[in-house]
Amino acid sequence: MTGPICVLAEQWRGRISEVTYEALALGREVADRVGVPLTAILTGCNCRELTRMLGAADSVIYVDHELLAEVVPQTCAEALVQIFAGARPRVLLVPLTNISLGIGTFVGVRMGVPVINFCKDIRITGDKLEAQCVMYGGKIEATVEAGAPSGPQPVVLGIWPGVRPADKGRAERDVPVMDMPVVLDDTQAVRLCRYIEPEAGDVDLTKQEVLVAVGRGIQDRGNLPLAEELVKVLGGALCGSRPVIDQGWLPLSRQVGKSGLMVKPKLYVALGISGAPEHVEGMKDAGLIVAVNSDARAPIFNVAHYGIVGDVLETLPALTAAIDARKAAAPHA
Amino acid sequence: MHILVLLKMVPDVVEDLEIASDGKGLDLEYLRMILSESDDHALEQALLLKERHGGKVTVLALDAPEVDDALFTAAAKGADRVVKVVGMDPGFTTRQAAGFFSQAIAEQPGLMPVDLVLTGVQAIDDLDGLVAPLVADELRMPYLGIVTGIVLDAPGRPARAIKEFPAGVRGEFEIRLPAVLGIQAAEKPPRYVPVAKVRAAMKSGKIECAEVPTLADDGWLAVNILEMKRNQPAGHAEMLDGSPEQACEKLCGILAGRGLF
Repeated sequence: MTGPICVLAEQWRGRISEVTYEALALGREVADRVGVPLTAILTGCNCRELTRMLGAADSVIYVDHELLAEVVPQTCAEALVQIFAGARPRVLLVPLTNISLGIGTFVGVRMGVPVINFCKDIRITGDKLEAQCVMYGGKIEATVEAGAPSGPQPVVLGIWPGVRPADKGRAERDVPVMDMPVVLDDTQAVRLCRYIEPEAGDVDLTKQEVLVAVGRGIQDRGNLPLAEELVKVLGGALCGSRPVIDQGWLPLSRQVGKSGLMVKPKLYVALGISGAPEHVEGMKDAGLIVAVNSDARAPIFNVAHYGIVGDVLETLPALTAAIDARKAAAPHA
Repeated sequence: MHILVLLKMVPDVVEDLEIASDGKGLDLEYLRMILSESDDHALEQALLLKERHGGKVTVLALDAPEVDDALFTAAAKGADRVVKVVGMDPGFTTRQAAGFFSQAIAEQPGLMPVDLVLTGVQAIDDLDGLVAPLVADELRMPYLGIVTGIVLDAPGRPARAIKEFPAGVRGEFEIRLPAVLGIQAAEKPPRYVPVAKVRAAMKSGKIECAEVPTLADDGWLAVNILEMKRNQPAGHAEMLDGSPEQACEKLCGILAGRGLF
């Protein structure tokens, strides 16, 4: 008898994160195919009421401990390892997010089981587990097999956000909850002192109907005015992907993606952005996504509705001019 | 203050990635290797800390094509000692990479004791784990990832590290030293170093080599790539072709038709 499909329910600052529902949707599919239960695992402190949000699972294991109030990967992993000492799950799905990153690796190494990161799909056939993974910044897809088992063994799977629509895994209902005690080392080697809220930027990206986003393809800070010209004719605001922010070309308040803001504008124009999963996580729900990239295989075209293969520095002025001309030609309202 | 920086080379994804004939890996012949981006930030963060607090920065890198350039560049930027881990078979996994780092740290003279071990939070090929947590577990040190800033107080005091959370929120953590930190981004962009300075480092400097024995067979833990293929955009985007002007004119029509400007 193979063990349950388990999902680490990610809670942060009193809320279950969207990626948890996405992972539950994936876990539900796999559990139903294999014919095993789906179990959500919630760790925290005084947050038992959140178990109701995990209704897509057949049951919830709830671990309450003051050292689990904030997510510290080593501590959280230690709790999970103790839970799994008895009933070993077939798989444990752990979100690859800024909150949970590192937990899966610690669980894998301490339980002595394989870890597969970057997963977007799973297939279990008998004792075999295959995962579909997105590697190299989204440029390569790989089919990966865990180990060479003589029987079903637990596998820890790191899940990219966006593997399934969150709504498929969202269900609020009472589910059987099993409280599991754990004993954790109170050395406080890593301790959260405080949260630092983001400084208010000059614009609130989350409220913009149009966003023009620049990535590495913009090449140089000196080319930003080309994108600003497009913003002038389209309206909205300028934002960027991680490399542009890390270079200091745009402030942190303009970052879209995993560490930045989640945006849902009516129009998102991605210029020279390859479409790494970390960026896509922040803009995939935009109403209309347009991408310009010199690489026809860039993963951004997987989420874009319209694409242009070309040099951003050539395409940008052409697009600005085209829109400008059309606006000038249009009869005034 | 002794800071150890762990570096790993990864394929440059700006180049076209070709699949090997067996369909299970990248074709090494056409592969250009570069320093993993977040490792570059880890090096920069170490150098910033050295400038603020003094001490020594040692860089430890795993043998790979172009790694000597990366190590000489690190020396030119200000690293005090550069060490290359050699003797392993190519094509190692992240779990094995962490094992090589840990062995070298334990066995190579002068790498321990250490106050901070910095490395990139995640590399684009970290399929079977992340280096920083694996090394932290092996060395029995505390770990924090997605770090974008470090403050060191008085000697013997815990460090304070800034970790990124979603939605622009950051968390200030206290972390007992020695510790392993997975760096997302340094406090400043990685510094530029002129080619002449790198050449000077090549002439005057020396890369030490640390031989590591083969790791024990971990077949049980291994993850095997059965098939690898280049991402084919799933046909989601409707591609607008023609010259830049023609493509933009088509796009302009679409946006106007939707009332988006």
